[in-house]
Amino acid sequence: MAVMISGASSPLYAARRRKNGITMTLAYLATGFGLIWLALILAVLFYEGFSGLSLKVFTEMTPPPGAAGGLLNPIIGSLVMTFIAVLIGTPLGILAGTYLAEYGRYDKLSTVVRFINDILLSAPSIVIGLFIYEIMVATMGHFSGWAGSVALAVIVVPVVVRTTEDMLTLVPDTLREAAASIGLPRSLMIRKVAYRAARAGMITGVLLAIARISGETAPLLFTALNNQFWSTNMNAPVSSLPVVIFQFALSPYKDWQNLAWTGALIITLAVLALSITARFLGSQSKKS
Amino acid sequence: MTSSRRRRVADVALQSGVVEVAEKVDRAKVLQRLRVGDIAFRHTTRAAAVTVLVILSGIIFSLVYGSLPALQKFGFNFLIEESWNPVTEHFGAIAPIYGTIVTSIIAMIIAVPVGLFIALFLTELCPMWLRRPIGIAIELLAGIPSIIYGIWGLFVFAPFLQQHVQPFLITVFGHVPVLSTLFEGPPYGIGVLTAGLILAIMVLPFITSISRDVFDAVPPMLKESAYGLGCTTWEVARYVVLPFTRVGVIGGVMLALGRALGETMAVTFVIGNAHRISGSILAPGTTISATIANEFTEAVGDIYTSSLIALGLILFVITFIVLACARLMLMRLNARLGQ
Amino acid sequence: MKHWTAFAAAGFIAAAALVPANAADISGAGATFPYPIYAKWADAYKKETGNGLNYQSIGSGGGIKQIKAKTVTFGASDAPLPGKELDESGLVQFPMVMGGIVPVVNLDGVKPGELVIDGPTLAKIFIGDIKKWNDPQIAKLNAQVKLPDQAIAIVHRSDGSGTTYNFTYYLSEVDADWKSKVGTNAAVQWPAGIGAKGNEGVANNVANTKGSIGYVEYAYALQNKLTFTKMVNKSGKTVAPTSEAFQAAAANADWNSQPGFGVILANQPGDKAWPMTAATWILLYKQPADAAATGEALKFFAWAYKNGAKAAEELDYVPMPAKVVKDVEAYWTKNVTDAAGKPIHAMTN
Repeated sequence: MAVMISGASSPLYAARRRKNGITMTLAYLATGFGLIWLALILAVLFYEGFSGLSLKVFTEMTPPPGAAGGLLNPIIGSLVMTFIAVLIGTPLGILAGTYLAEYGRYDKLSTVVRFINDILLSAPSIVIGLFIYEIMVATMGHFSGWAGSVALAVIVVPVVVRTTEDMLTLVPDTLREAAASIGLPRSLMIRKVAYRAARAGMITGVLLAIARISGETAPLLFTALNNQFWSTNMNAPVSSLPVVIFQFALSPYKDWQNLAWTGALIITLAVLALSITARFLGSQSKKS
Repeated sequence: MTSSRRRRVADVALQSGVVEVAEKVDRAKVLQRLRVGDIAFRHTTRAAAVTVLVILSGIIFSLVYGSLPALQKFGFNFLIEESWNPVTEHFGAIAPIYGTIVTSIIAMIIAVPVGLFIALFLTELCPMWLRRPIGIAIELLAGIPSIIYGIWGLFVFAPFLQQHVQPFLITVFGHVPVLSTLFEGPPYGIGVLTAGLILAIMVLPFITSISRDVFDAVPPMLKESAYGLGCTTWEVARYVVLPFTRVGVIGGVMLALGRALGETMAVTFVIGNAHRISGSILAPGTTISATIANEFTEAVGDIYTSSLIALGLILFVITFIVLACARLMLMRLNARLGQ
Repeated sequence: MKHWTAFAAAGFIAAAALVPANAADISGAGATFPYPIYAKWADAYKKETGNGLNYQSIGSGGGIKQIKAKTVTFGASDAPLPGKELDESGLVQFPMVMGGIVPVVNLDGVKPGELVIDGPTLAKIFIGDIKKWNDPQIAKLNAQVKLPDQAIAIVHRSDGSGTTYNFTYYLSEVDADWKSKVGTNAAVQWPAGIGAKGNEGVANNVANTKGSIGYVEYAYALQNKLTFTKMVNKSGKTVAPTSEAFQAAAANADWNSQPGFGVILANQPGDKAWPMTAATWILLYKQPADAAATGEALKFFAWAYKNGAKAAEELDYVPMPAKVVKDVEAYWTKNVTDAAGKPIHAMTN
């Protein structure tokens, strides 16, 4: 203390100032470092992807090499499969997360579910694809869009469980007590009070899950396969953007490679839109 | 804040129709209905939790089942042998295990300090109006599909490293003992170092956004008291913010580590998939998930397929250990803070 | 919760509305190498006949697994199945299209087709015995080329692939050392070098690394304008990788020596034969459960044999020789039958 009071010119003070200067510079540099990568990746993506971006991409089917075409079938396929995956995965994830946070916060079942859920968060997605292959494709005898959707749903579930539980745990207990004190049954308290308080965070979780599955190739390759043609039959192979990107990007033909970049740009822009929406909803909740 | 929330609770109670209904219909009936609904909802959530458990255990079970042939054939040697020979069907997992761990360590060495510094920048230094754009930008890194990282890494990043960074590393460290082994061999562009760097970029947003969120949660009073004593920003960060948020930061780091351990597509493109353990981080290596992704589609024969599935199982075990350590660490920290 | 119910209902209605579609589409899966040409044929076939045939590249190993699991109408593989395995699973096999594998190098001042390599030298390079470009064994074959005193950087495939299968098969044929130490497979334990993902990955790495050597499908060498080499073939003649050289290898091969035409075209005799020519095969059931689908598939293959040669050549593939096509069609008539034992494929010509 004495040193600090003794004035700005003391060597110790100067040393502390210097240290602060260095570390704060590091903080600036680190941010620059992080942003540079983003800029570099996006620059390449935009440069390669924009040249191929046209109305055709959204109106025509995937072409054979050497012909013009678009990405209509994979875009629709991805949309439908993602939609169904979210439809299956979200309610399941939210309900399970609700159990973990509201009913069984401290019981054994919750501890086990929580732990396994965390392990599954970092599971390589190809493993999930293989699992769904065994239980759906091999038993049904053909690849199908349904199997692809279920595989994606299995990836959605752990993310939604995690975020739902986290968000519900953040809801102050005083709110729950207030609800209970006016005679609200517990299920109504959860649905009308806790969900409402945690809504924005839970939506963020779902959007993050969608962002996560929108780029997944591995779980789709062995479940939905892919389809060169227009097919909305969910009982048959369905086309998807990540698989098409994967196949086209590694082909020798320039026109296929260009389409792969365009497809990648479409996914990234869609994810960007989702992130911004998620952030926006998140900030809305903080204000209220 | 509290008062507005309280008011909302009251609104809710009114909106939910409990009051109106009670006046019109027999009270007992309503209570009965509510009770049934309550029990039903409780059981639905419980059923959902059990379903999640069943699905996820099913995945683990199918992995164990699928890897049995390989584990029976190779036994414990599977874990310690380096040979990965599809021709003679002799498989050992140590090279991919090693590669998985080394690439994750490289990723963490880079991403943890950088991520923390970015979080510090966002919470302490950044002007208000810039915080959200930069925050979204960093999080966007997490949203880019991993195949894009792979393609970018292969076509843009690896050639750059090969032509500019790696020759530099070799000339600078080539004659320093210890470090010279680390940077030995020709600059191929792809290899363990490249994979680690790509992973670092990919996990950066996890560490940054979680750290930023917990840094934000530090009560302003604590920080202001420290500033009031004349602490510099760094001292506040180091001695007030970090100790207070340790638990959350470790959680974020563990989540990032989990992602780094399991990442498939990006690594596959840039690691070189060589089943060798090399002291040099410029040399090609392989990781568990990259091996599975690279070889599964072309694997013929039960032992080969089974060995690949066994690799998946090992990855689960590694993740399990990492998570268990994280949990344990958090519990101990919590206990210490609780005292 | 109400939103959710409505949302779910809307979703299911939407999903249900999407279900009815043409069920006649047949699907196949397998090898990556022929994917572009099958896609091109399928597109043209659909335009001509209205029948879609969906082929997806999931790898030869995947193709074999899928046809055995009966999840697809046909499988495709770059490596032929041995006769015993075909009989055990009740499968038939026939070659559909061919291609060539070429060594590619990156050496200053060396133009495509300038460098000459023979099989044993190639094996010694990839096994790591020959380490420098000015090694006497390379110099002996290239008196007119100025070879640098530069280390050889080896680039191989990192993923399992039919290309690697054919490449290592050839090296095993010409070099006993390679056969005993490394062997033949879609993925092998490489003694040296680095792996790159896919043909495209190898092409990219060779293009970026001075002093490197790799092997890619012919199409990738052409499209990426890489420096391919000439090879000394079994007859001791130096040949350049051209469509004619690949066809020469196919013409000289004794296709009927193996069940299901399972002849690997590596190191075939003939003065003009390119030593690393590779065919890719289709796998079908002898007595398929869904005879109609298999019949459709056979119609498509017959169409492709007859009308697909030009498209194949445009994409740097090599169509099957007419004689082989005739044999294959006779083989279909003889072997592929419905439950009653009637041939599914009626000979049309």
